[in-house]
Amino acid sequence: MDAGFFRRWLTTAALAVEREADRLTELDSAIGDADHGSNMRRGTAAVTAALDKEGPATPGAVLLVAGRTLVSTVGGAAGPLFGTLLRRTGKALGDAERVGGEELRQALATGVEAVAQLGGAAPGDKTMLDALRPAVEALPDAAAAARAAARGAEATVPLRARKGRASYLGERSEGHMDPGAASATLLFEALAEVTADA
Amino acid sequence: MPERAGAVGLVLVSHSREVAESVARLAAGLAGGGDLAPVATAGGTPDGGLGTSADLIAEAARAADRGAGVAVLADLGSAVLTVQAMLAEGDELPRDTRLVDAPFLEGAVAALVTASAGGDLSAVAEAAGEAYTYRKI
Repeated sequence: MDAGFFRRWLTTAALAVEREADRLTELDSAIGDADHGSNMRRGTAAVTAALDKEGPATPGAVLLVAGRTLVSTVGGAAGPLFGTLLRRTGKALGDAERVGGEELRQALATGVEAVAQLGGAAPGDKTMLDALRPAVEALPDAAAAARAAARGAEATVPLRARKGRASYLGERSEGHMDPGAASATLLFEALAEVTADA
Repeated sequence: MPERAGAVGLVLVSHSREVAESVARLAAGLAGGGDLAPVATAGGTPDGGLGTSADLIAEAARAADRGAGVAVLADLGSAVLTVQAMLAEGDELPRDTRLVDAPFLEGAVAALVTASAGGDLSAVAEAAGEAYTYRKI
């Protein structure tokens, strides 16, 4: 997987976010402040534009540009969280021109741990980590990772939120999918799609 | 308002521009009549909406930096996470920038009083954090 592959991954994810933005906002209006879809759409569109403009040459550089752009453009908690995921993953990949599936799995595991540390969430707290963790564990099989993310996101539905604004709702947060877990699933579905086309 | 030379700078990060600016005015008003430490705000998104902007935070931190360190107070959720994510990268905020663990309004008043009295970054952070111990009943 080279820089081109990573750019296709992130631009494919941006298209998925664009397509699903209304659903993400709907999920967020149930338990959050109804801005996740529009925030993520703004952020991922900015990532596509930044990648076009800066043309990063390595997989790590692609992820660093994308992560920095998300932190500065999303405007909600998803910005620093997804931004940290991509930046730490990118840093872990270093300046290699090509990376294999196992290297990506390890780098993403580093990124996911950084997200956990930043947000302070534990498994089952109804956050994006509930989709990210099983997805990374299923790598390097990208299709399996996408399925694991989707199952992880689905499994957040009955949970009670323990982080962020949704946690103020207590038991009223039960019965809704976590929007961050839904977005994390789109990221891994995009990885599976681009892998299948490669 | 006259500024105290060489003081620790204060940055107030809120989801709302109005909240950040109002808290800054309130803190300045309560901090007394002497020279004040620099205060800069990063409230809401650049288009005036509710949210957090890393660009506004970086701009405010530069504006408040006099070389003695910058104490950042943030209100909730993405404001806190964005500052933490920026600090973790190391190069997006001035050297000696610290996120202070403190209640936003009470901490801002305590931080500004301490910084304006010449306290260093640790003293400012401690004073702001102590605001958590003030019980209301």
